[in-house]
This record gives sequence, structure tokens and C-alpha cells, in this order.
Amino acid sequence: MEYFLLFISAIFINNIVLVQYLGACPFMGTSKSIEVGLGMGGAVIFVMLMATALTWPIQQYVLNPIGLEYLQTIVFILVIASLVQFVEMFLKKAVPPLYQSLGLFLPLITTNCAVLGVAIMVQRNDYSFMTSMAFALASGIGFLIALVIISSIRERLDVAPVPRSMKGTPIALILAGLMSLAFFAFQGMA
Amino acid sequence: MNRIFKEFAKGLWTELPPFRVLLGLCPTLAVTTSASNGLGMGCAVIFVLVMSNLIISTIRKIIPPKVRIACFIVITASLVVTVELLMQAYAYPLYQQLGIFVPLIVVNCLILGRAEAFASKNPIHLSIVDALGMGIGFTLSLTFLGGVRELFGSGTLFGQQIMWSAYEPFTFMIKAPGAFVCLGLILAGMNVITAIINRRHENPVPKQQNGGCDSCASCGACKQ
Repeated sequence: MEYFLLFISAIFINNIVLVQYLGACPFMGTSKSIEVGLGMGGAVIFVMLMATALTWPIQQYVLNPIGLEYLQTIVFILVIASLVQFVEMFLKKAVPPLYQSLGLFLPLITTNCAVLGVAIMVQRNDYSFMTSMAFALASGIGFLIALVIISSIRERLDVAPVPRSMKGTPIALILAGLMSLAFFAFQGMA
Repeated sequence: MNRIFKEFAKGLWTELPPFRVLLGLCPTLAVTTSASNGLGMGCAVIFVLVMSNLIISTIRKIIPPKVRIACFIVITASLVVTVELLMQAYAYPLYQQLGIFVPLIVVNCLILGRAEAFASKNPIHLSIVDALGMGIGFTLSLTFLGGVRELFGSGTLFGQQIMWSAYEPFTFMIKAPGAFVCLGLILAGMNVITAIINRRHENPVPKQQNGGCDSCASCGACKQ
């Protein structure tokens, strides 16, 4: 039950993009078609899980005992950057079909603040390891859902008569605002 | 001298982040619930940006091209840790307000983008000027966006009551949806202004620069 609530909360009530604003750059940049959105979302879920699984023990068993908590940022970003590189190399060799669909997005994920954000957030919230993993998975799913919704609307938007100055990013941002408003309604249910 | 001025001025209008070049969207949306938060975030970014451009430009000939992105990230991350510690010591309330977005400066693509697109190719003085221009542009934009949202969302500006006393705060503006809508409207406004200026000078319509992640200069490097 606890995990169920955590899932619902991370996917809908505190959606990582639409309510917590993390990962807004890829949200705007890679939401032009559904296929791209799905690929990016899948890659984010994957890296988010791996990154949380790696950074949680590092923080709890290495940084905290020797009093180096303030190095959190630099250690986490290095772990994530090398993890992304490693995953890319591994997928290329071992699972070429998966690499075909996710490969292009992997390097972009290093600078996706959602991944680093989740890794830091689970530390600030003092989650246990299993809770952290569940939170990372749920946040990734939340990102994927938001990305798929907005990219399907933007595909429709391409043929819609939009005022010239609003074309492209401005209308996409307003769209995101309206989606965010819809997700805000979930807060009333919590 | 002319060149220096040009590099400085481009950060204030033609390549004004984040309105012209959509870099660093997350802090832009998240911390602009009030003008002073926007200003504080902007100052932290100016510090990191100027220092990272300075360091990267100094050692640009030593960094091996293949691992340059990793080098940039390490330099930026060390600077961000410095900012974090400084803020904890001297501006703790602001640090708490900005919360998770202080460590997240490290993945702000504005900083990596400037390192990749400018500092790694240009001499030190130009890189500093470029960072100053971009940083100040970013700070002004964030303060402006924060000001608009604070004014309508809570009726104040820098904590001072501006609206009449019976003003009912439009809470939508300081919540997440307001951030997206407000930024979208500002971008549209910028497009209108640019179109008017261009018509007056009878320039050909320039290519729109708002391209989301595509406009981040480090993407080209990422995709290699």
C-alpha cells in the first residue's frame, strides 16, 4: 500500500516535469513526435533506475560515514556521466536492437536534470533503498507519460492554425501549462 | 574593443537566455516564484558561468578533445559545490528557497553550452565577456519572469506590496502551470517585438532560435 501511494504520488500528484519542473529541456526538445518521445522516456526510466541504484549506496556507505556529504553533487554527476557512457557501450555490444531505439537519447540524458534531481531528492527525503528505487521508477514513468501526452498533442498542433508569433516553442509551453493545470487537479484528490 | 562589446551585447538581446535560446529551462521555471529568488539564482549562475568560462578557456589547449565534455562537467560541478557551500554560509534562507535547484546548476545546459560553444574556442578575455553577458542576460530574464509572476501571483515585488490592498492574488501564476504559460507568453512577445524591429529595418526574417534542446550547443557534442 505504501508503495502504491508512492507510485500514484510520484506519477500524478508530484509529476516530475509538470509539477516539479525537472527535465523541462528534454520535455520541450524531444516532444515533436511520439516515437522520439517514447524513446527518450524509455531511456530516462532506465538511466534513472540505474543512477539511483548506484548513487544511493555511494551516499550511504561512502560519503556519509567519512563526512564528505558536500561532495554529493560532484560525485553524483560523475557517476551518472560515466554510467550513461557505460550503458551506451554495453547496449551497443550486447543488445543492438535496444541500442537502436534508445542509443540516440542516451548521451542527452547526462544533462537531464530529472536524473540527477531524483538521485538528490531521494537523499534529501531520507528514503530507504527500496523506496528510492520505487520512487525512481515512478518518476521515470511520470516523465514518460507527460512526454507521450505532449508529443501526441504537438503532432496535432503541427497542422493547427496557430498565430505566427506563437508557433513552435511558445505554444508548446502554454500547452505544457494547461497540462500542468490538469495534473494539478490530482492534488485535490490526495 | 568592438569585438568585446559585441560578445557582451549578444547575451543581452540576440541570444538572450533563456528567452531566445531555450537553455536552462528547469531553473527558469522553478525558481521564478518571486523576483528575489530569480535574482539569487541568476547571481549563482553568473558566478559559475564566469568562473567555468575562465577556467575552460585558460586550459582549452590542454583538454583532450575526446574527453572534453567530462572535463567541463567536472569543472562546473566543483564550482557548483563552491556556490552551494558559500550560499549555506552567507545566504541560507535563499539556499533553502532554491532547494534542489542549487546542485542542479551543474546540469544547466547554459553553462555546458557556453563552455562547448565559446570558451573552448576563444581566448580568455572574450570568454569572460561572453559569460558576463550571458549571465547578466539570464539574471535579468529570471528576475523579470519572477517579477511578473510575483506581481500577479502574490501582489508584491521583491517582497513589497505593490497591488492595492483588496487585490485577490492570482495564485495560478506562482504555481507550476503559471510558470509554463507565463514563459510561453513572454516568448511569443519576444517574437512579436523581433518581427516589428525586422520590419522596420526591412531585414529578412531571421530563423527562429527557440528550438528547445536542439539549440543547446552541447547536443552536437553529445551526439558524437
